[in-house]
Amino acid sequence: MGGHTSTYVPTSRWGKWFDERLPIARMMHGQFVDFPTPRNLNYLWTFGGILTFCLVAQIITGVVLAMHYQPSASGAFNSIEHIRRDVNFGWLIRNMHAVGASMFFVACYVHIFRGLYYGSYKAPREVLWILGVIILLVMMATACMGYTLPWGQMTFWCVTVITNLCSALDTIWQGLGTAIVEWLWGGYAVSGVTLNRFFSLHYLLPFVLCGVVALHIWALHVAGQNNPTGLDIKQPSDSVPMHPYATSKDIVGLFAFLLLFAWFVFFLPDYLGHADNYNEANPLVTPPHIVPEWYFLPFYAILRAFTGSFLGIPLGSLAKLMGVLAMFGAILILAFVPWLDTSRVRSTKYRPIYKWFFWLFAFTCLALGYLGSKPAEGVYVTWAQIFTTYYFLHFLVVMPVVGLIETPTKLPRSISEAVLGKSKGGTAPSGAAPAAAE
Amino acid sequence: MSKLMNRAVASFWLGAVALVPMQALAAEGHGPEIERQRWSFGGFRGQFDTAQLQRGFQVYEKVCSNCHGLSRIYFRNLVQGGGPQFPEASVKALAASWPNKITDGPNDEGNMFERPAGLPDPILGPYKNEKQARANQNGAYPPDLSLIVKARTVERNPSWWTHPFLMLGDIFSSYQEGGADYLYGLLTGYSDPPEGVTVADGMSYNKAFAGHQLAMPQPLQDDSVEYQDGTPKTLDNYARDVTAFLAWAADPSLDQRKRIGWQVMLYLLVTTVLLYLGKKRVWSSIKH
Amino acid sequence: MTTEVDDTNRRDFIILAGNAFVAVGAASLIWPFIQQMNPDASTKALSTVELDLAPVKEGQAITAMWRGKPIFIRNRTKEEVDAANKVDVSNLPDPLARNDGLPANDPATDANRTKAGKENFLIMIGICTHLGCIPKGQAMGDSKGDFGGWFCPCHGSHYDTAGRIRKGPAPRNLEVPPYQFISDTKIKIG
Repeated sequence: MGGHTSTYVPTSRWGKWFDERLPIARMMHGQFVDFPTPRNLNYLWTFGGILTFCLVAQIITGVVLAMHYQPSASGAFNSIEHIRRDVNFGWLIRNMHAVGASMFFVACYVHIFRGLYYGSYKAPREVLWILGVIILLVMMATACMGYTLPWGQMTFWCVTVITNLCSALDTIWQGLGTAIVEWLWGGYAVSGVTLNRFFSLHYLLPFVLCGVVALHIWALHVAGQNNPTGLDIKQPSDSVPMHPYATSKDIVGLFAFLLLFAWFVFFLPDYLGHADNYNEANPLVTPPHIVPEWYFLPFYAILRAFTGSFLGIPLGSLAKLMGVLAMFGAILILAFVPWLDTSRVRSTKYRPIYKWFFWLFAFTCLALGYLGSKPAEGVYVTWAQIFTTYYFLHFLVVMPVVGLIETPTKLPRSISEAVLGKSKGGTAPSGAAPAAAE
Repeated sequence: MSKLMNRAVASFWLGAVALVPMQALAAEGHGPEIERQRWSFGGFRGQFDTAQLQRGFQVYEKVCSNCHGLSRIYFRNLVQGGGPQFPEASVKALAASWPNKITDGPNDEGNMFERPAGLPDPILGPYKNEKQARANQNGAYPPDLSLIVKARTVERNPSWWTHPFLMLGDIFSSYQEGGADYLYGLLTGYSDPPEGVTVADGMSYNKAFAGHQLAMPQPLQDDSVEYQDGTPKTLDNYARDVTAFLAWAADPSLDQRKRIGWQVMLYLLVTTVLLYLGKKRVWSSIKH
Repeated sequence: MTTEVDDTNRRDFIILAGNAFVAVGAASLIWPFIQQMNPDASTKALSTVELDLAPVKEGQAITAMWRGKPIFIRNRTKEEVDAANKVDVSNLPDPLARNDGLPANDPATDANRTKAGKENFLIMIGICTHLGCIPKGQAMGDSKGDFGGWFCPCHGSHYDTAGRIRKGPAPRNLEVPPYQFISDTKIKIG
């Protein structure tokens, strides 16, 4: 992995024997025990660990659910009711998996906004950031296919709508989109065949995710963690060993997060879902108001912002294609952020002008989420168009321009100075200081 | 922890406290108005009331079961903990005399046959399938009631700025009873149509139903079911009890879920505090 | 410097307690994940079966299903019952009755493997006690083994007319499930 060398010393003869043949303990020790971590990380940096937990928890509960679930049009809905009612602790495991998906996205969005605020995407962390965008995309695909599996009304129609997005390609080449959609469905409509293949892929993708996450962590350990000042680690006193310092903080963050998680699992298991999903899928009736799961709402709002005209500009037959392109573009544009941001400093903390735009962008995302949950009519569409415009302006105009014209406030010379003040006195621990607390 | 975080956390809690009275603003918006009811199983501490579930089953048995099935509930469920908990012997007798028989087979002659239900069998409605139901109900389909409380909800349309507060209010008070509120509103929402509204033939006016025209005629009136425990025989009680029963039918593990939930929350709270103190110890000699 | 010593102890205690709590929590979380694989409520509920034995004439056998397992029911002939009674129980490979309705150490007499007054009916779980194959001997043309009862073709276990293991690798007699006669010809298994 990274440039940091492990200080691992095997304590037993067997340990030494093993270390010479497979130095996995050496690697883990170097990467997760004495790895130098910036001393000034705040709780927002615990979300990486929380996300790892979420991924593992989803895989475990998912494997267990697959033991009881039947991926067929006639069996899916019934088998989930069977899990809820008859399987020992089935209600618990099913709630953990369903709520877990939402919690995964909560943590993921916090993680992304933390990265955006503190400039974690800037050199030398561009590849790390792009891997993150890939993780987000794979997560979304997994979540979407997983949402098919309960085979309720909302599920069925959301899948119909989402897969139909591909039919926008008909605008480019007549018949192309339709062909792709039918290929995805394995038929002329969403059916049990579609369900079965989505189940297979839903089981596969999390393991792909594990692979990309491993690369993400690898890339992280090459550059080292960013920190609230955005400064690099320049001297031993800037960092502390990962264990016990960062780890003790990570686990506090994780358990605080679990409090929220458990609240939803035990007291609000259906809050993040939709009542219509307790009706079995019916290919003949669409529910009056269909919305995706909350974590897709901002992107859904962007999709629907492209009606016949956009802020007065008539779109004509291109509306559908543009909506789809904008929706995917809204995610893909994240991958270009390392080059769109022209600022010399990483952390928004030292960027007096951009700071305002950052919070405006955060508000835009929330507003789009709200608009995505509303019917696509009247004033909601206008607002969705306004916020969609800002969403893209933020990346394409604000990021490059503000970075060029803004004068950052004075940066501390080092992380230590930021923490300890100008005098740079006090007890500065060295990077590999013995664990003072134990 | 940075000042920013402290401020964020503080404002979060302040907001949470402030939004409780704001629920009064919830009523604005369009669509049928459904009032929130007080349920024994509501909120984060609520549990089902066994006596109410028993009365509710009685209402289902005497009235609803004439048209509606309850096929995800098995007779054995009526005995189990967290539910109506009828004595096993009486449920066996009930199952054996349930008018809607179980189709079983094929027998030695190769024919399907009907047999009386037992504890492992589902509580069936009078119709074999949707087509038969529609044929007998003027084209309307009385849905199975096993999940009806979870499959319905109350749509609220608060203004955009009250929306986040109401949402947080529901999360903190753990409000999950939209379906029950709706069902109660529907069962008590029948009336003569207001002036100027004409109701189609065979339909009934109901203020809780979207569009106000419902194929189901008013199922419950005062005195329609004989209660054994002396509870007043009013429409209001019938609607409340049968809704509670159907809420249980949709979520039979609710009691257990909330009980375990409190144990887990307590454990997590204590552990989080311990870990936080431990973290402070670890970092005590390092300024950060 | 006593205060500092106390401080160190308390520090260690808090960290230890935190770790212990995490460990206990993780360990108790395992329970639901193990428990979910056990038979669920609907499976448990189906654990009784009622059968009418009237159509089973002397010398005939039927196979029923209970808890997903085959139940061998044979209406034995007089000769088969006599043959079973003649065996010296103490010399059997498995001298125990293996009857769920009787105490575990009752001897494997023919009477202990049937119901009083209905000795002609032998009712057993039809699963070889060796490795779970289904022995032959129910159908007319089947090989009934060296002792006129059942024969498991997988690894060559021979059972006699009371379903007791006589020869071959199986360690135990075929098991008798819990059942009762609820009328003259009807039984309830489970």
